Amino acid sequence: MLKDATAIVGIGQTPFAKQLPETEKALACRAILAALDDAGIDPSEVDAFASYTMEETDEVEVAKAIGAGDVTFFSKVGYGGGGSCATVGHLAAAVATGQASVGVAWRSRKRGSGPRPWKNTAVQLPTPGQWTRPFGLLRPADEIGMLARRYMHEYGATRDHLFNVALACRNRANQNPAAIMYERPLTREMYMTARWISEPLCLFDNCLETDGALACVIVSAERARDCRQKPVYVHSAAQGLPAQHHGMVNYWNDDPLSGPAWTAARHLWKQADFGPADVDVAQIYDAFTPLVPLSLEGYGFCGRGEGGAFTEGGALEIGGRLPLNTGGGGLSEAYVHGFNLINEGVKQLRGTSTAQVPDAATCLVTAGEGVPTSAILLRS
Amino acid sequence: MLTPVVDEDGAPFWEYAARGELRVQACAAPDCGELRFPPRPCCPHCRSFDSEWRLMSGRGRIWSYVLPHPPLLPEYAAQAPYNAVLVELLDDPRIRLVGNVVAAPDAPLNSLDPARLRIGAPVRVAFTEVDGVTVPRWLLERA
Repeated sequence: MLKDATAIVGIGQTPFAKQLPETEKALACRAILAALDDAGIDPSEVDAFASYTMEETDEVEVAKAIGAGDVTFFSKVGYGGGGSCATVGHLAAAVATGQASVGVAWRSRKRGSGPRPWKNTAVQLPTPGQWTRPFGLLRPADEIGMLARRYMHEYGATRDHLFNVALACRNRANQNPAAIMYERPLTREMYMTARWISEPLCLFDNCLETDGALACVIVSAERARDCRQKPVYVHSAAQGLPAQHHGMVNYWNDDPLSGPAWTAARHLWKQADFGPADVDVAQIYDAFTPLVPLSLEGYGFCGRGEGGAFTEGGALEIGGRLPLNTGGGGLSEAYVHGFNLINEGVKQLRGTSTAQVPDAATCLVTAGEGVPTSAILLRS
Repeated sequence: MLTPVVDEDGAPFWEYAARGELRVQACAAPDCGELRFPPRPCCPHCRSFDSEWRLMSGRGRIWSYVLPHPPLLPEYAAQAPYNAVLVELLDDPRIRLVGNVVAAPDAPLNSLDPARLRIGAPVRVAFTEVDGVTVPRWLLERA
C-alpha cells in the first residue's frame, strides 16, 4: 500500500529567470544537491531517480555528477508536464516496495532562453501533426485555446473566470521573492487589454518561459522520522490516460471536455482517506488558465461545467475556498513543467510557504491536464 | 505551409484529398462500420484490422476555433491573425477535423473576417493546392 508509506523529506531549487548562465545539467545537480542537503541525506545514499522523458539531463549523468551510490531504480515519465507528479509516484512506489531507499525526482529546464518545442518542425510531435500543423494549429496555446473556446461556449465560462485564475497565481507570486513575477502586480485592465496569443487566450493566460531546476527527495516514512525536516507524506498517487484520449488535441475524443484529470482523480480519491472537501490547499497545473477550471471539475471540487463559476468570489485566493498555486504557479512563479507545484505543496505542509495557508495539512498537486497526467495527495 | 508529414495510416486521406474527395477511415468489419479519426491500424470498437475510406458529404459545423497571433512560425506569422477551426462533420459529429475557414478555396488563411465565425456555423469543404499538396479548406454555407 502506498498510503503514507513514504514521505518527501527534502526539496531544492535553483533561482528562476528568463535566462540563467549555467547548463541544464549544472542546474539539475544544484537543485538535487540542495534537496539532499535540505533532507540531511548524503548524495552517496541516493539509489533511485525519476524525471520526465523531456528531461535532457539523464540519470547516468546526474548520478555520476553528484556522487550517487549504486542506483537500483530509475524511471522517466512521458507527455511533458503530465509527468511531474508521476515522478514522485514512481519513487514512492519503488521505496514502498523495497526497490530503493532514497529517491530523487527532478526537472531542469532552459525554456526561457532555449528553443520552444513547437518551433521544431523537423521532428514529429507526440500528437499527430499531419492533422493540425498544416492548418496553422501550431502551439500548445492554440490546442488548448480550441478547447477553451468550446468550454466557454458550452458552460458560460468567461474571460473573467480565466482572469481569476491568472490573478490568484500572480497575487501569490507577488508574495514570493523567488517568483519571476515577484513585485509585479496584475490588474483586470492589464489582463483585458493584453495582446492575444491565440484568441480566446491572451498573454496572461499563458505560463512563463523560464530557466530553472527543482528536485525533491523521497524516503520511507520510517526513515523520514530521522531526517532534518518535517516529513510530508505521499498519501495517494495516480496517473491518468483516459479511454480514447488524444493528448493536447483531445477534441478528437467523443467527450473532449472530460480530460485526463477525471481518470487520475478517480484513482487518487479511491486510495485516499479524505476527499476534495478536505483539501486545504491545491497546486493545480497551470500552463494555461483554462486548465484550472477543467481540473477543478476533474478532481471533484465542483460539478461539470462549474469550474469557471468556482473561481468567483476570491475562491482561489488565500482565505478562499481553495487557495491555489501559492508560490505563483507556472503562470507567475516559474514554468518548470510543474515541478515547482510539488515543492510548493511540500512548503505548505511544512508551514514555510511565502503565502502560507494557516494549518494546512492536506494538499493536492496535479500535473498537466490536457495530456496523459498524474497527481499526488500530500499530507503532513 | 508546413506540409503534412504523412504516416502509413494517414496516407489515404491525403491521396483522396488530391482527388478532391473528403474521405474518413471506417471499420470494414460487417457488423461494425464505425468511423474513426485520426486514422489508425485497428478499430477500437471491434478490433478489426479491416478498414475502408468512406466518402463524406463535405458538410459540417464549426465546433470551436482560435485566432492565432505571433509568436508563430514565419509563414503563419505573415498571415496572422488567421483562423484555425475544428469542424464536426454532419455525417458523424464525433469526427472533428482541424482546418481553416476561408473566403474562397484558394484565398489566404486570413481572408475571412473573424467576426463571421461562430460555434455552430455550417460550413462545407473545398480543396486547394498549397506547396504541391492538396488540403481541405472550409467555406461558410450561405443559409
